[in-house]
Amino acid sequence: MSDKSQNAIDYWKANLRLISGCLVVWAFVSYGCAILFRPMLAGIHIGGTDLGFWFAQQGSILAFIGLVFFYAWRMNQLDKKFGLDEE
Amino acid sequence: MSQFAINVLFVGASFAIYIGIAIWAKAGTTKDFYVAGGGVHPVTNGMAIGADWMSAASFISMAGLIAAGGYANSTFLMGWTGGYVLLAMLLAPYLRKFGKFTVPEFIGDRFYSKNARFVAVACLIVASVTYVIGQMAGAGVAFSRFLEVDSTTGLIIAAVVVFCYAVMGGMKGITYTQVAQYIVLIIAYTIPAVFISLQLTDTAIPAMGLFSTHTESGLPLLSKLDEVITALGFQDYTADVDNKLNMVLFTLTLMIGTAGLPHVIIRFFTVPKVADARWSAGWALVFIALLYLTAPAVASMARLNLVNTIYPDGPTSQPIEYSERPDWVKNWEVTGLIKYEDKNEDGRIQLYNDSESFAPTAQARGWKGNELDVNRDILVLANPEIANLPGWVIGLIAAGGLAAALSTAAGLLLAISSSVSHDLIKGAINPNISEKGELRAARITMSVAIVVATYLGANPPGFAAQVVALAFGIAAASLFPALMMGIFSKRVNNKGAVAGMAAGLISTLVYIFVFLGWFFIPDTNNLANTPDNWFLGISPLSFGAIGAMINFAVAFGVSAATEEPPIEIQELVESVRYPRGAGQATDH
Repeated sequence: MSDKSQNAIDYWKANLRLISGCLVVWAFVSYGCAILFRPMLAGIHIGGTDLGFWFAQQGSILAFIGLVFFYAWRMNQLDKKFGLDEE
Repeated sequence: MSQFAINVLFVGASFAIYIGIAIWAKAGTTKDFYVAGGGVHPVTNGMAIGADWMSAASFISMAGLIAAGGYANSTFLMGWTGGYVLLAMLLAPYLRKFGKFTVPEFIGDRFYSKNARFVAVACLIVASVTYVIGQMAGAGVAFSRFLEVDSTTGLIIAAVVVFCYAVMGGMKGITYTQVAQYIVLIIAYTIPAVFISLQLTDTAIPAMGLFSTHTESGLPLLSKLDEVITALGFQDYTADVDNKLNMVLFTLTLMIGTAGLPHVIIRFFTVPKVADARWSAGWALVFIALLYLTAPAVASMARLNLVNTIYPDGPTSQPIEYSERPDWVKNWEVTGLIKYEDKNEDGRIQLYNDSESFAPTAQARGWKGNELDVNRDILVLANPEIANLPGWVIGLIAAGGLAAALSTAAGLLLAISSSVSHDLIKGAINPNISEKGELRAARITMSVAIVVATYLGANPPGFAAQVVALAFGIAAASLFPALMMGIFSKRVNNKGAVAGMAAGLISTLVYIFVFLGWFFIPDTNNLANTPDNWFLGISPLSFGAIGAMINFAVAFGVSAATEEPPIEIQELVESVRYPRGAGQATDH
């Protein structure tokens, strides 16, 4: 494989884009919903407390699982699309 | 059968299973362990990572901290799971493609420098030893209760067991043993939680029970809990946190640290393909989440049960008399981890928050100080007893706690000893060392690490989970940035990496030692560890994220001022980015 081939560059760019997108969601659910925006979400009640508390103790963890599987699925697709997967 | 006999039976049986599996799977060599990879399915590997990962801190200590701190300590939940997102996207697949076995080895090769490798070894040792201290403290608690001895004796027994276990199991450290340990620990954690959730909320899934209605009072569980504890002068369980900066940084430190801990990273080398490394991270997180989604429920329910036990008629009525205290209080008093002092000499147990704002109420009720001191680390282990669950559940949780502590301690000791014997001795001091000599060096390193960790574990600079959090700060500030820059930047060179790691490690250590004592030796701290003294309100536990930023900044700065890395290193970086041609993990 030529290191500088356009295909490889595109693959890496696509990977970086995907990572950035996932990390935005990662930061939004944990640092956002669970910590910084909690006062703003205080109006949404859930079982004796508010949505921010739910994100801090349940929601963000569930979102993390979703993100890791989404990334794995998408990347494995990209590997194939760019012909860089392992045989 | 006495509770003691049940405990011995459960712990003994679980140990017999691990040893049985270790012997059954022993056939292979040390090399087999490294490339066990060839056949390890991502789901199996995920489970093994779960056991490696979930330590005494997760199992024994974390729910106790959440119970005490409420919402504020959600940081542990997010921090110790969110790191897997970073691991899966920023490190695991590329390090798998690189295909070596120790973290310092990657850093040494990528930054074409023996110095970088040594600095990485130093970072790894400091982070891992700190982590082991936390494990020892936790394992000590578990042993002291289960053998009914005081906590120092418990700690020494734990040290001996960890030593035998690490030397025997660690060296063969077989994936399937860890799978068994995962199963034991998750069952042990979940069963009592389900029982308690049913008792309190009629909901079988604890994570749902947490947000359900408390059957007895008809109020939402969390509202009931807030009501009960505020009546005793404690802060609302669900109260928001004022110092958001510290909360964000602490969570970030735990996340980055998770991704930078060598004993977890090593696990990703054992899968056959890059694609599998990605799936492994997902499965690991699923198995970890089973415990982490349950932990907050355990925390709040145990807190409620504790108060209800002491105040059977509600917090505004009289607490129970000391002579009528339940058995679990008596059992834990033996360990010294629950202490009672009848300050107002009325023979009752006043449990409340000695705060200034609550002082008038306390005085009016004739209370002269909080009389019951409950160590937070006992909460999970005492949980089934507090809820009056049958004896076998108590035996089960003892076995689970020990599985968690021992599997992680063994994994860490293996990481420490391999970095000393492989990276330091074989890699530099004596490249011609025989395999036997390497093994001996590894054992000596392990022994020293255990002695140091036990000594410091006797006077830990915090509760198990907090000590472990320090280890994460150190890993976050030193190893993670170097690994990430090694993959995502072609420009960072040897000088930048070494300077960055050194700056991150030293700044973080100094900040920690100033508040917690130099090298964690009690009473050598320069400033009292109180929020007023913290720089910008950043606690020593949260400083790792700042250390990581310092590391990145120094590394980029120094690299920009010095020459580009050689072309073959830039090609190496290119090659780890693309999965094609990963091949089998090679032996070193």
